[in-house]
Amino acid sequence: MIYMDNAATTMHKPQAVIDAVVRAMSSMGNAGRGANEASLSASRVIYDTRDKLCRFFGAEDPRQIVFTNNSTESLNIAVKGLLDPGDHVITTMLEHNSVLRPLYEMEKRGVKLTIIESNKEGIFSLKEMEEAILPETKMIICTNGSNLTGNYIDIEKVGEMAHTHGLLFVVDASQTAGVFPIDVQRMHIDVLCFTGHKGLLGPQGVGGMYVKKGLSVRPLKSGGSGVQTYSRTHPEEMPTALEAGTLNGHGIAGLGAAIDYINEVGMDTIREKEQGFMRKFYEGVKDIPGIKIYGDFTTFDRCAIVTLNIGDYDSSEVSDELLTEYGISTRPGGHCAPLMHKALGTVEQGAVRFSFSHYNTEEEVDTAIRAVRELALD
Amino acid sequence: MRKKELRLVITFHTTADAMAMEKACKEYRVPGRIIPVPRAISAGCGLAWCAELSDREEIAAMMERAGIKEEEMHECMV
Repeated sequence: MIYMDNAATTMHKPQAVIDAVVRAMSSMGNAGRGANEASLSASRVIYDTRDKLCRFFGAEDPRQIVFTNNSTESLNIAVKGLLDPGDHVITTMLEHNSVLRPLYEMEKRGVKLTIIESNKEGIFSLKEMEEAILPETKMIICTNGSNLTGNYIDIEKVGEMAHTHGLLFVVDASQTAGVFPIDVQRMHIDVLCFTGHKGLLGPQGVGGMYVKKGLSVRPLKSGGSGVQTYSRTHPEEMPTALEAGTLNGHGIAGLGAAIDYINEVGMDTIREKEQGFMRKFYEGVKDIPGIKIYGDFTTFDRCAIVTLNIGDYDSSEVSDELLTEYGISTRPGGHCAPLMHKALGTVEQGAVRFSFSHYNTEEEVDTAIRAVRELALD
Repeated sequence: MRKKELRLVITFHTTADAMAMEKACKEYRVPGRIIPVPRAISAGCGLAWCAELSDREEIAAMMERAGIKEEEMHECMV
C-alpha cells in the first residue's frame, strides 16, 4: 500500500516509538499513584516527555504542558475553559470541526463569535481579523495549517496582533506540530493544542496542550489526581488541574521517543523532505486537463498536502479507484472543515487529499502522479 | 475511471457499525467491501458497505442475525 493520508495520521512510525510503547507496556505502573518502582517508572517517563515537549515548543516550564487524548480534547478545554457568556471570540473559515463545534456550543451559551472569511484559495486577511476586534473580544483561535488545503498560517503575525490588543491567542497545531517550528513564547501563544499521532509521529490517543503560566483554565473533568485525596475539589495546580484520571502513560512513552527521533533526524530535514514530495506531486499533476487543485501553492511554506478533484467526479469514487487500482490511500469527501469546503466550493463534490510523510518515496510519488493522470485522461 | 454498475450500498449510523458489518460479513462469508460513502448518498465523511444487488436478501438476513442495523440501504451506481 502507498500511504498518502498522513494528514489524518502518520501510519509509518519510527521503530524507536514502537519499542518505547512496548517497553512501557511491560514496565509501567500508574503515574503518581504510589511510590513503588513501577509507578515511579511511569511518573519519570511522563515527566521526561513533558520536559521534552516543553523544550520542543519553547515553553517556560514543563508543568505548563498538559497531556490529553488529542487536539480535539485540548481545543475543547481551551474554548470551554476560557470563554464566558458575553465574551467575543474570533476565528477563521479554515478551522476544523474540533475548533468550530466547541465554539458553536459556546455561542449557544452566550459567547459572540466572528468567523473571518477566506477567499477561494483558502487565504484570510489578517487586517480583516484585526478589524473584527471588539471591546469585549477575549480570544483569537486559529489553525496553524489547514487540514484541507495545506495552507500554512503565519501564527507569529497573528500572535503579535493578538498580543498588541491584549487578547488570548489559542492555536490549533494539529497539522504542524512536529513539522514546523513552534515557539510559544516568541509567537505570543497562550494555549497551543496539539495531537501526538500526526507530525509528532507518536501513537494515537495521546495529545496535549501548552498553557501559558498564570493563565487559569477551567477544567472539563475532575476526579482522580493522585494528590490531595481529601479535598472535595480537584487540585488547581498545573498540570494536574487539567489532567484528571490516569494518563495514557504507554502512549506518552511513545510520544517521548518520537520527540527524540524528530530531534535526531531534524525537523527541518523531515519538513523539507515531505514538502519536496508535495511539490513534486503538485508539479506532476497541476497541468493535467480536468484537474482542480485547491489552496495556495505560490509559497513553499505550506503543509505537505495536495487536495484536488478530477473533473466533476465524486471524490469518493476517485479515492476508491486510487486504492483499488493503484493501492494508494487518500482521503475523500468532507474533511471535517465545513466552512473551508464552502469557501472552495467543494461541499457537494468533496475533495481528494494526498498528504505526504518523509517516509514516502520518490517512486510512490511517481506512481501517484501516473495514477491521477490515467484517471483524469480515462 | 471504472464503469459504474448498479450495486447495493448500505450506510450506517456510526463507523463502529460499519466495522461490525465488515467483521460479520467476513465471519459469515458474505461478499462485499467497505467503500467511502458515494456523493449520491451523502456529502459527508463516512463508510458504506458495497455488495452485489443479488446478495441483498442474504445480507439483510445476516445483518439481522448479527444484530447490525443499517442507516439506509440504497441501490445506486457505484
